[in-house]
Amino acid sequence: MTDYNFAYLDEQTKRMIRRAILKGLAVPGYQVPFASREMPMPYGWGTGGVQVSAAVLTPDDTFKVIDQGADDTTNAVSIRRFFEKTAGVAVTEKTAKASVIQTRHRIPETDLTEDQILVYQVPIPEPLRFLEPSEVETRKMHALEEYGLMHVKLYEDISQHGAIATAYAYPVKVEGRYVMDPSPIPKFDNPKLNMAGIQLFGAGREQRIYAVPPYTQVVSLDFEDHPFEASKADHACDLCGSTTSYLDELIVDDEGGRMFMCSDTDFCAARREDAA
Amino acid sequence: MTPLLQVENIAKFYGPRIGCTDVTFDLYPGEVMGIVGESGSGKSTLLNCLAGHLPPDRGAVKFDTRTDGLRDTVTMSEPERRMLGRTDWAFVHQHARDGLRMNVSAGGNVGERLMAVGARHYGDIRSTATDWLGRVEIDADRIDDRPTAFSGGMQQRLQIARNLVTGPRLVFMDEPTGGLDVSVQARLLDLLRGLVREMGLSAIIVTHDLAVVRLLADRLMVMKSGHVVENGLTDQVLDDPQHAYTQLLVSSVLQV
Repeated sequence: MTDYNFAYLDEQTKRMIRRAILKGLAVPGYQVPFASREMPMPYGWGTGGVQVSAAVLTPDDTFKVIDQGADDTTNAVSIRRFFEKTAGVAVTEKTAKASVIQTRHRIPETDLTEDQILVYQVPIPEPLRFLEPSEVETRKMHALEEYGLMHVKLYEDISQHGAIATAYAYPVKVEGRYVMDPSPIPKFDNPKLNMAGIQLFGAGREQRIYAVPPYTQVVSLDFEDHPFEASKADHACDLCGSTTSYLDELIVDDEGGRMFMCSDTDFCAARREDAA
Repeated sequence: MTPLLQVENIAKFYGPRIGCTDVTFDLYPGEVMGIVGESGSGKSTLLNCLAGHLPPDRGAVKFDTRTDGLRDTVTMSEPERRMLGRTDWAFVHQHARDGLRMNVSAGGNVGERLMAVGARHYGDIRSTATDWLGRVEIDADRIDDRPTAFSGGMQQRLQIARNLVTGPRLVFMDEPTGGLDVSVQARLLDLLRGLVREMGLSAIIVTHDLAVVRLLADRLMVMKSGHVVENGLTDQVLDDPQHAYTQLLVSSVLQV
């Protein structure tokens, strides 16, 4: 292990990222700018999440990576290998055994505990971006708590689709103050944002880090007459039979055949093991 | 009666050039003030200073707030000024696309100000938006269309609805009829006059069109090179202009 500094990044960079993380934890939901580094992977593959993970990992940690809930997809496998090689940390696919979990687009079905950290990969950290293109203006709106515009997006959803059709990256208000983009997790996962673990969000290309400390109040935005609803496919998992987990729909042939299965592969596999 | 707006010695310079200078006037509730002048006379600069879009270099703009009485909006904090900007004040831009969100439906555009001040009931927002579209003569079935699908006159009327929905007390208008053809202008003016009278609005209207001020404004201010050269009751100024520039302006109007 002399080829790389522990967890790839140099110590000064990790200190800089840790400072950003601490500031993020102190001001829940606030986007802290940080000097994002080039990472040996393309933007959009989790460069922000990887830098946050590198900054929080210690040699004693057990690391898990999921991509859309799965441990065995390209993105998850390559990031897991990256830290096996550069940090030499133990890795696992079991949610309960991991101390640091890096995730793309899902929160694990198993509830996290106080000694776990969940690191999100974030493509676009600014929830107001598609309504207000100016960063100067959106920062001012965050500073002055002018969040009416966020509801304009939800209004547009209802007027076009009859219900709030936003199904992922559903905007939330953190601790009654900052409106935050929870990264593109399905809105089914939004209620789980109130958790015991530490949640860190890293956006590499956009150079922003934000955080939700344990037991922080996270409320999904909605209208009084169109309340928030955590939706999922109305089906049970075809593999493990779970009716409470978030499901992926898989097309299995070209005759309209399809199956539903848990998107959280570890959760599904553990249930099938228990049943066997 | 206390004035709604008290403007004292407002001045704005662009480097060594004068934007506008030594402008002082009072605006009383329900009064409509017209500002006319040629291009480059400083009327838009003045309006932007009054509405808080530009920081003036000198002077005070005191507004009679609902809670604390007369407050200087130049020195008040930015959150307070922006709050005024979406509650008691309204700003109608010359080009509707500057004042509208073009990728949001008409209903969303009208509803935005309501949501900005805390409305969180979709049904209520929707019915208020429908009501306001009706008041500016836009058919209710266009509520989910984007402004890009609207004609120039409709966009301008939508902008007015969007601004008036929160019941402001003071409306700033920058050439509200500019760029519209004459028949559409006439309808828009008629509509504006109705709304101003009905809601008891105070308004400051910047224009170079004397017909607009003749129809809407109670009082008139004539500007040239950043200075106010004449002011008084609209009919008095237009019928008996004293200053040479005003005489020129009035005599330049084409008689059909």
